[in-house]
Amino acid sequence: MTNTSSRDAKNRPLVAVTGLGIVTSLGQGQADNWAALTAGRSGIHAIRRFSTEGLRTRIAGTVDFLDTDPLVAPLLSQRFAEAAAEEAIAQAGIGGLGRFPGALFIAVPPVEMEWPQRRAMAEASGQNGAVTYTDLQRAAASRRFDAWHDLFIFGTVADHIADRFGTQGSPISLSTACSSGATAIQLGVEAIRRGEVEAALCIGTDGSVNPESLIRFSLLSALSTQNDPPEAASKPFSKNRDGFVMGEGAGALVLENAETAHARGAKILGYVLGCGEKGDGFHRTRSSPDGAPGIAAIHAALDDAGVTPDAIDTINAHGTSTPENDKMEAMGCAAVFGERIGRLPISSNKSMIGHTLTAAGAIEAVVSLLTIAHGRIPPTINYAVPDPAIPLDVVAAARDARVSRVLSNSFGFGGQNTCLVLGDEPA
Amino acid sequence: MSSVVVTGLGLVSCAGEGLDAHLDALTAGAPARTDTERFAPYTVHPVAPLALDGQIPKKSDQRQMEPWQRLGVYAAGLALDSAGLKQDAALKAAMHLVVACGGGERDTEVDGAILTGLRDAADPGAYLNERLLNDLRPTLFLAQLSNLLAGNIAIVHGVTGASRTFMGEEAAGTDALRIAQARIASGQVDCMLVGGSYSAERPDVMVVHEMGGYLRAKPFRPVFSRNGADEAGFILGSGAAFLVLESAEHAKARGATALARLMPVQSDRSRREPGATAAGLEALWRAAGLGVPDRVISGATGVAGITAEEGAALARLAPGVPVTALGDVTGHTLEVTAPFGAALAAGLVARAQAREVAITTIGHRRGEGVIRVCAA
Repeated sequence: MTNTSSRDAKNRPLVAVTGLGIVTSLGQGQADNWAALTAGRSGIHAIRRFSTEGLRTRIAGTVDFLDTDPLVAPLLSQRFAEAAAEEAIAQAGIGGLGRFPGALFIAVPPVEMEWPQRRAMAEASGQNGAVTYTDLQRAAASRRFDAWHDLFIFGTVADHIADRFGTQGSPISLSTACSSGATAIQLGVEAIRRGEVEAALCIGTDGSVNPESLIRFSLLSALSTQNDPPEAASKPFSKNRDGFVMGEGAGALVLENAETAHARGAKILGYVLGCGEKGDGFHRTRSSPDGAPGIAAIHAALDDAGVTPDAIDTINAHGTSTPENDKMEAMGCAAVFGERIGRLPISSNKSMIGHTLTAAGAIEAVVSLLTIAHGRIPPTINYAVPDPAIPLDVVAAARDARVSRVLSNSFGFGGQNTCLVLGDEPA
Repeated sequence: MSSVVVTGLGLVSCAGEGLDAHLDALTAGAPARTDTERFAPYTVHPVAPLALDGQIPKKSDQRQMEPWQRLGVYAAGLALDSAGLKQDAALKAAMHLVVACGGGERDTEVDGAILTGLRDAADPGAYLNERLLNDLRPTLFLAQLSNLLAGNIAIVHGVTGASRTFMGEEAAGTDALRIAQARIASGQVDCMLVGGSYSAERPDVMVVHEMGGYLRAKPFRPVFSRNGADEAGFILGSGAAFLVLESAEHAKARGATALARLMPVQSDRSRREPGATAAGLEALWRAAGLGVPDRVISGATGVAGITAEEGAALARLAPGVPVTALGDVTGHTLEVTAPFGAALAAGLVARAQAREVAITTIGHRRGEGVIRVCAA
């Protein structure tokens, strides 16, 4: 990386990436994750965290090596975010201990009280008849559960991360469903381009595999029920794909104004060249049948980066392994990339780590940058029976390639589509 | 840098719907609706009855949502009407949306039945799974997901440029306005719909806010008069507020009336300790470029310590200036505090009742914000 330009093709501050952090079911940190991903190892396994008795989906990519007490989504998500952010900040060598010289944008899963806590409060209420929320309110009024207020409001994870790493200003907690991690990055890019900050800590995290979350997705018929063997369930772009597998983890990126990064002698790992987004008002869970919003999001990212489709070397797919997404994503990519689509390598990390939901966009951006750095594309595993209706060059085994530009797609429930163009050099 | 103007407002709360009802409510001294019975021992300020069909024409859309999302979609529609954009499909398709909110309502009957059954269940894990699988309406999740308020606004009103959802209580509303203002001022985007929705009439949120003792379990009393033992705390109100923000050029080009100008929003997160709220407020006030405005709209919550500190600070920063607490108009609406404040301020300015209004948002638990609205 010898290019020292500091403005992009549209004369905006270039946004460099100087630190990466990652936690998934495959492990903690870049080294373990990269080794597993390129070896085609799956992090999906039978759920051990709670009883799956009676459930049609009994597998997930939970992160079992990091624990919290109580084991609730906000605490677990915070723990993953801390681990990823610590790795990213250490790599970036930015600021000082507890002094991150920039803003925090963190995608977090929606927060609510969970069943163990509800049960504890019901018990504490002393209600021996039918339990209602009046009983839970009474238990709350006993003052015994005051510490749980912070646990179950939305801003606490960001507050703790901001405290721990000393980020500046008011931290942003955000969600765009499955696009959330990418949106966190986009917000950071925009803030640096506006000159508001010179650095941003962008995180996507999700530790919400619990009975109700699993059942909610199950009731929407979104999850794979191919429980045995667990590692084979997530099969993006395959003919017999039947839904996604829930995953957990966090991805963290340190973004910096390239000029500032150069000035302090930071090692630049790559650039976020472009971000594009487009909403879809067709349906709450399904995409517009013409694929227009997804296509628009891809074009918007390419335009923002100032590159043509030909500049993309590989696509890091949203690739959830649902019948609908994979078909729509293939259609969208084919529309944008034309006849080249049959030769443009595309791969889905979700085949190995599952759908990490709020974290996905950030985790997959990290993997995209590692792909550029190592010149190797991780595989889409379980691609045994290709879907003949999907004309993509799916990377079925890890593939060495010169990768300068990656398009990373995230298409979310509720219709928010966000795409990123990541690159090794300015456009 | 562009000037950022407000060209549309959509407001619903206990005060009713629309700007006139809310401007009237600013001087009433107490919220229009107060209910001490339905959620006893907690007081709430319930939303005025709405004719949902007016903004959510399809019954199937109404059924997919619970009150929290319906209020937000309704207010978003009012804002689009107010800005003269409701019929402009092309502009709406390019408009960006930022929503500040929490999450949706629990099915409290199902929860209660499950908690009752869990007490004697031989295999609690299996019992929980079976009950959730069988008793939860499959689409309830979509009515609960934080980002689906934005999703429903996209579906019902066709606002599909892009959407983001900010969470995090009061600060989320302040920062939604802050970032929207900054994106438009810097030319990153031309036109945005920004706001939030909160439903207070739900027992599940009362459990969360009773933990920590934040809820006032007594009849209404003005926010700045909740001194003394057992008086402190907020009274939740149901409401939703949305603003259409545009660059001045964009508004002019399409012949839209600029109601007011939104200046760069100031926000921060201080370490909470005595004196920190006053110091933080003062620093943000100066950063906002405020001297002595004509009016102050305060998002003070009534929580002990910080409310009195804010009151004293405002008396120093804006001596003699009328201060109206949103808690005395709409009740406390958490994420919607900043949007309500900014919208009411824009209304006052548009009606020439003020030339400059300051809005404060001191979060009940964390976060401070100051918003400055001026004549366009």
